[in-house]
Amino acid sequence: MRYRVTHITTYQYHEPVAVSNNLVHLAPRQLPHQRVLEHSLQIAPEAVALHEHTDWFGNRAGTFAIERPHRQLIVTSRALIERSAPPAIEAGLTMAWERVAGAIGRVDPSLLDVVEFADESPLVPALPAFADYADDDFAPGRPILDTALAVMHRIYREFRYDSEATSVNTPVGEALARRHGVCQDFSLVLIGTLRARGLPARYVSGYLETIPPPGKPRMVGADATHAWAQVHVGDPSLGEDGWIDLDPTNDCIPGDSHLTVAYGRDFADVSPLKGMILGGGQAQVKVSVDVERQ
Amino acid sequence: MLPLPLLFAGYSAPPGSWDEAVGTAGLRPAWDGLNEHLTTLGAEGLDHRQEQIRRLVRDNGVAYTANLAAEERQWRLDPLPVVLPEDEWQPLAKAVIQRARLLEAYLEDIYGPQSVVRTGVVHPGLILGHPQFLRPVHGIRVPGRLQTYAADLVRTPDGRWQVTTEHTQTPAGAGFALENRIVLSRALADLYRETAVERLAGFFMTLRSGLRALTPAHRDNPRIVLLTPGPAAETYFEHAFLARYLGLTLAEGADLTVRGDHVFLKTLGGLHPVDVILRRLGDDWCDPLELRGDSLLGIAGLVGAVRAGNVVIANALGTGAGEHLGLLARGPALCRHLLNEDLLLEAVPTTWGGADARAVLDPGSGDVLRPAHGVRAAPIRPGDLSESEAVTLAERICAAPQRWVAQTLPPTATVPVWTAEGLVARPSTLRVFATRDAQGRWQVMPGGLVRVADHEGASFERGGTKDLWVLADHPVQPVSLLTPASAPVRLLRGGVDLPSRVADNLFWTGRYAERLEDNARLLRSGLTRLADDPRATGPGLAAIAAMAVRLGIRPAKRTMAQLPEDLLALATAPHQDGSLPAVRRKLQQSGAAVRDRVSNDTWRIISRLDLDGAEAPDLAEAITHLDRLLVGLSALAGMGTENTTRGPAWRFLDLGRRLERAQFAIDLLRATFVDATNPVAAMEVALEIFDSSITYRTRYLTTLQQAPALDMLLVDQTNPRSVAFQVARLSEHLTALPADEDRALPTESERIVLRLRTSIDLTDATELCIPGREDDLSEHLDALARDLAACSDAITAHYLSHATARRSPAS
Repeated sequence: MRYRVTHITTYQYHEPVAVSNNLVHLAPRQLPHQRVLEHSLQIAPEAVALHEHTDWFGNRAGTFAIERPHRQLIVTSRALIERSAPPAIEAGLTMAWERVAGAIGRVDPSLLDVVEFADESPLVPALPAFADYADDDFAPGRPILDTALAVMHRIYREFRYDSEATSVNTPVGEALARRHGVCQDFSLVLIGTLRARGLPARYVSGYLETIPPPGKPRMVGADATHAWAQVHVGDPSLGEDGWIDLDPTNDCIPGDSHLTVAYGRDFADVSPLKGMILGGGQAQVKVSVDVERQ
Repeated sequence: MLPLPLLFAGYSAPPGSWDEAVGTAGLRPAWDGLNEHLTTLGAEGLDHRQEQIRRLVRDNGVAYTANLAAEERQWRLDPLPVVLPEDEWQPLAKAVIQRARLLEAYLEDIYGPQSVVRTGVVHPGLILGHPQFLRPVHGIRVPGRLQTYAADLVRTPDGRWQVTTEHTQTPAGAGFALENRIVLSRALADLYRETAVERLAGFFMTLRSGLRALTPAHRDNPRIVLLTPGPAAETYFEHAFLARYLGLTLAEGADLTVRGDHVFLKTLGGLHPVDVILRRLGDDWCDPLELRGDSLLGIAGLVGAVRAGNVVIANALGTGAGEHLGLLARGPALCRHLLNEDLLLEAVPTTWGGADARAVLDPGSGDVLRPAHGVRAAPIRPGDLSESEAVTLAERICAAPQRWVAQTLPPTATVPVWTAEGLVARPSTLRVFATRDAQGRWQVMPGGLVRVADHEGASFERGGTKDLWVLADHPVQPVSLLTPASAPVRLLRGGVDLPSRVADNLFWTGRYAERLEDNARLLRSGLTRLADDPRATGPGLAAIAAMAVRLGIRPAKRTMAQLPEDLLALATAPHQDGSLPAVRRKLQQSGAAVRDRVSNDTWRIISRLDLDGAEAPDLAEAITHLDRLLVGLSALAGMGTENTTRGPAWRFLDLGRRLERAQFAIDLLRATFVDATNPVAAMEVALEIFDSSITYRTRYLTTLQQAPALDMLLVDQTNPRSVAFQVARLSEHLTALPADEDRALPTESERIVLRLRTSIDLTDATELCIPGREDDLSEHLDALARDLAACSDAITAHYLSHATARRSPAS
């Protein structure tokens, strides 16, 4: 499936901003099941010191600065992406979850690049509550993907989706205790719960094509950035080097309508647009995303 | 064992551990010269030296923290150095260099190919689980990732050295060691001159030339700054001291900015490019954009500037990852793998909980537990814990054993320390320092910082220190950093390299110094009157009460009967707003923040004010203290006029002083000419506080009248305490300060000062003092007060503001 994505972020400042330094994770990744045919970044007012580098996680990160007074910043990211669904995996045939945890604990040489995703990370501390959550799902000997899917189903069942309840700054412990949140919270809870058993899990930022209700026209710009998680099943021949996508917000294994931008240990590693400003007073931010099937 | 010579006669080192001075065969030969000299000096002589050291340390403001109130953090230096002969030192120095090279190679590897993980030499958790392993820095190539290094050493009973901790991020202490040397070489001048002690200055020259060699573009005159977290940092003294000694600009994060991938120093004269940063700010605090987002101490975009190769940071960002204590256990294997050498200097036996959880959950008897990522945290001795403490600790360790290590320390080695009971043996550790020279070779400082604990198991952080003398086997050449280099230096005047933040602190130092003096003058007038009029019934004291209200240091609702108590409290109460001790504290805080910009003598006066104003419960004592305080303050003002170069730094100091004095004068004039019920008594007090009584009497030879008094205190430009005099100085300063070159119009502050000058020049005191025109006089003074306040705000906004804000990420 081919998609055209337009992701516009607008900041309005009450006072002029003298200087701003910015870090973006907006360029979608090239993946076995995702080809990025075009990508462009447009910044207004004009940016200086615009650079791209590959970060620790292999994402394409960008940095830029705006060094003249401005009251508005608009960052537009456009991409043309071809995405196909990864082949289905027989969950019941994956290895027992304890075996994966054991291989991680031993630092099996084949999993060297995976071990850090089993550790706590800045936004997903090793809370005791994670170790208590979903304990019934971790039956001894249960296949790892089967286990992870069970935890995902549980989060989908037990958590209430509430876009008013949390912000990007809400600690994951609070979302876990109150059983509510948005896609970011759902994903971080899934990640924390898996990591509490020594299993590697990572955070994915991206987009999701939204299908309008039957009979309604598609609304341009009404989509949003999306987030989900990945679990490593211990076998690099499955999924993407062993990683399988899990979307706890929609209770599904992502197929060809999930578009991956970047992944990391948690949101802090892949924040789409982060900036430090001098001046500015209060700021208002507006994000508009449009995912259009070609 | 031979009988110990005189000074050491009563000295006994604990059996079963190493002592630096005394071995099985008696006093070690290297200590003979020291012993001889100190024996001649005798106990009294040593006491005297110790007192002298205390005074020097206090006068130089040495402290392990900028918090002036914390007496227990006062730096302590023992009069006896620790002595090591050259032949014992050289092998140690060589071994220390190897460890520095090893850490450098390790850091290069983990920020590059990570062969140490790929080949299984270290567990990936040692790297990836370390909070100072900075992922954004991985893959960035830098020259000299490790530029300075320090190690903490202990000594086994048979005299072998062992490492307990390595410092690769912001190795602290070399400046303290140098300060110890400066103090001790003064206190024991004769001995120091006669003894061939390896000098320390050469090490600092090496440090400086090594930093210069890092300059990316090889500019002739690179700008190197020392980045400090600020006066709240516990080693701030060292930051200021080193910056001054090495001739670097001391900068906080707010003084620096990144523009177009380059780092600049924000100064009054504009933005100046920075080539090299000697960093004393923790790794993850350095860049709020790419590292810790909640850091207010860092510089947004710094990682980007490093990535672009336009600035070099020493030590490089992320070098804190070399401090993982679990690495100590891997030393021999790492040394084989990275250097293909055998490790020369062993570490104390260390076990990392991430590799062996049982070692930290159930440590061997006598082992200490330490947080694996906290090189500065004091070791925990499980045996010393109460039952509930032990349970809490066990829970913490159990939850994350990979965050802990267990270390088997040898029986603590001791050194002789001079105390009231004579020489006693105290536990000690040694910190040694290394740096890379201009060619990239490692050099060790021939000396070190010896730290002493008050008793077995006590903290070294809170104990005393000793100097380490390496006895050369050859004559030593005195070196000084002030020696002129061979290349001629372009002559400069002024110095616009003044960071805006420093200007701000100078401004407030000036203001607080003046506020302290003004309030002290008012209180002295009050307290001396109270001596004759203890119940405060006279008109002079009523005028003083009104002045205190105008100055905002006394609530208006207080009665005259409460005045004696109020004035005494203002003079002595340590925690009352506007009291002398409170203002003095603020003066010392802002003074401490510009410690590197003021002379030693000036700082000595500022810090001494602390002792002179000690709490004085009775009136007579309080007056004596006030007299002494005022003498100290005139000395401070004198340093400002006589010993300070007329650059921007002096101008900001004086701007603060002039503004404060003008505002004080206006408040006093309002109290005297508007509020007073007995104007004559009030004028008498005002003239006294303004130091203008004699001038008035010689000029007018008459009883006190309003018009001439007002003229003298407000309009007369020849009176250095008049408002007109202060405003004239403000005007001079603002004209002389660096300005935008293409600016056509006067600044806001210049406009306000111009208005003030005109308004004061046009004041006709005779007119305003005609009975019935009290409202006009009141309005005139109010307008001047408003303009002075606006002027202060305008100066702050134009030169001194650093509003920084953060934008939250888009959701």
